[in-house]
Amino acid sequence: MCLAVPGRIERIDGLWATVEVSGVRVKARLDLLPEAVVDDCVLVHAGFAITVIDPQQAAEIARLRREVTQLG
Amino acid sequence: MKDIITMAHGAGGESMRRLLADEIAVLYDGHADLDDAAIVPGGPRLAVTTDSFVISPLTFPGGDVGKLAAAGTINDLCMRGATPLYMTVGLILEEGLPMATLRLALSSLRATCDEAAVAVIAGDTKVVQRGKGDGLFVNTTGVGMVGAPQPPSSCSAVPGDRVLVSGYLGDHGVAVLAAREDLPLRTEIASDCAPLHGLVAALISAVGSDVHVLRDPTRGGLASALNEIAADSAVGIMLEEEAVPVRPQVRGVCEILGLDPLCMANEGKLIACVAPSGAAAALEALRSHPLGQDAAIVGEVIDSATPRVQVTTGLGTGRVLSMPAGELLPRIC
Amino acid sequence: MASRGAVGLQAVAALECTREANLMEVCGTHSHAIARHGIKQLLPETVRLISGPGCPVCVTPTGDIDLAIELAHRPEVTLATFGDMMRVPGSESSLELARAHGGDVRTVYCPTEASALAAEYPDRLVVFLGVGFETTAPMVAGSVLEAERCDLDNYVVLCCHKLIPPAMDALLATEDVRIDGFLCPGHVSTIIGMEPYERLVARYRVPCVVAGFEPLEIVEALRLLLLQIERGIWAAENAYPGSVRPDGNPRARAVLETVFESTDARWRGLGMIPGSGLRIRERYARFDAVSRLGLDRPRGREPEGCACGEILRGVKAPADCPLFGDTCVPQAPVGPCMVSSEGACAAAYRYER
Repeated sequence: MCLAVPGRIERIDGLWATVEVSGVRVKARLDLLPEAVVDDCVLVHAGFAITVIDPQQAAEIARLRREVTQLG
Repeated sequence: MKDIITMAHGAGGESMRRLLADEIAVLYDGHADLDDAAIVPGGPRLAVTTDSFVISPLTFPGGDVGKLAAAGTINDLCMRGATPLYMTVGLILEEGLPMATLRLALSSLRATCDEAAVAVIAGDTKVVQRGKGDGLFVNTTGVGMVGAPQPPSSCSAVPGDRVLVSGYLGDHGVAVLAAREDLPLRTEIASDCAPLHGLVAALISAVGSDVHVLRDPTRGGLASALNEIAADSAVGIMLEEEAVPVRPQVRGVCEILGLDPLCMANEGKLIACVAPSGAAAALEALRSHPLGQDAAIVGEVIDSATPRVQVTTGLGTGRVLSMPAGELLPRIC
Repeated sequence: MASRGAVGLQAVAALECTREANLMEVCGTHSHAIARHGIKQLLPETVRLISGPGCPVCVTPTGDIDLAIELAHRPEVTLATFGDMMRVPGSESSLELARAHGGDVRTVYCPTEASALAAEYPDRLVVFLGVGFETTAPMVAGSVLEAERCDLDNYVVLCCHKLIPPAMDALLATEDVRIDGFLCPGHVSTIIGMEPYERLVARYRVPCVVAGFEPLEIVEALRLLLLQIERGIWAAENAYPGSVRPDGNPRARAVLETVFESTDARWRGLGMIPGSGLRIRERYARFDAVSRLGLDRPRGREPEGCACGEILRGVKAPADCPLFGDTCVPQAPVGPCMVSSEGACAAAYRYER
């Protein structure tokens, strides 16, 4: 029930992070994730960052996407 | 409650198709030409089309309402293989519209017509009070000359035809969406808005009557256009999901907002259904043109008891690609 | 606990189960992803994958939609909502139709856009329709705290938020349908962590696996569920460890609990489930649409013949509903399961016909 997209934090201005998702910049609030820092990979849902994604897992997800794409 | 117009009626999907069939049909007798442009029966073979442009915002990355109004109508004529020749322009201007905005729109419209050697030969201008029009509404009617004895038509897809697209899909829809001030995202995606007369000429010159169908996937995107072709030709269409070209940024915006790139509008792309013998040459012809460099074969027309569009996913499983239901709304679920 | 094998296409080949198994997924976004990628086609014939009530749009009671529509028609109100809710049918109308009839209805992507609207238009009363589970409720709580910080007196939330674990508990307790394993919601779990599932497993001995949303992540989670069933074991497993921490997101829960408290809630199709909803705490009553405006929450009418309730419980499949694909279609939905892009009926109609 929850669309959340993974992205990398490019910059932080107070409570707002600029998150890069496939080259798109989306603004996300950090109220729920105050410990996030620049370069963290986070999940963004409804304009808020909800969790920091472990970098190894982020790479793993990217690999899974590529695996499916390369099939075709 | 259902007896009023809603935004869904304008979204290019199923609601709009029903409106046309149930209400607009009163305007004509019998079977109306379902294609992008109608061919005038009898006499010299003229193609005619009309379109109104109500876009907001009026300017967006890659274009403005003027360029869109010209290219949209030129492209509808091209989808019947017609050479665009003349255009009429009807303007409804809202009180308070800055003159600079009007000038920009008109100069873009003119420039796009010049690019396609189209002459504007008639027009009309009206002004409505502030609040009664969204800045600027434009209607363009186009007239062109049909060349081929059997022009491409949405009704002419044949099982075995290959389905081609001329390039990356979803750019226009995403560019306009991202230009809305109320969405917290920024992207470099620009509209692909462009007149396709040159691209179509190159395609037809290469493979002639092997091109059975030409459609431009505007509102409702590829999903809408393919479903219409399937219904009009009474066929099925198999689409290879991984073969459809979509830019990563377009995917990104769609992921963020919960939208499907296959339902996003395009204003400078075409879909072609081409006989298998001509498919390779068609692809080559498209790719050799600046507007078709990223063209791809994305599927095939098949026999089907009921018209529908099926997709083979990256996992090798299948799913149906339905007609979009209504207004494209960002979602969180 | 079963060890994680290599995730990827090998997982597809490893999906096997010698016994009959009913797996339920309780996340609408999982329903959508499963349908979109045709994942059911990869499952062994003995396995049935059922959609549960994890679609917040689908389970919002008709009466709450009617109330939102009524508020939208009040001249001083701006009704702000997530786009998902626009086309959901109430007893007679929808927010989309309310807007077409002149109601000031706006869609927002983020709840703080709604509180920002209130700040920008002080003479409008902005009512935000708060729908969603534990992933979304913290943001809505955030918007209330924002409104408090900005000292706004024209922002209220119509709180329709619900909680997933109590619903899973109710499904297991009523035994309408035999559930042999749960595919658990990935993003709700980033907030609530693993503990609620551990409690369910201890109480009901039902395997629970938390899954991500890439198709191969879902396949992997299904593989782990089937492995547990095959071995006759039960455990709460996290197949989305990169995003789901065992303790979830304590900060998000704290924000949620500052503004909201749990309450009994009515779910469309499931009826009243104790402790399964959220309401705004007394302290924030001035941001609560119900107490601020003295609202009654009407019951609303369910459409005749609509089987959404049974579909949400997993008792019926979309094709079992007499209205499915006939009078109830995405462009003219009768019930909520057809409207929401992640509703079981919409997914079945759009992707599986």
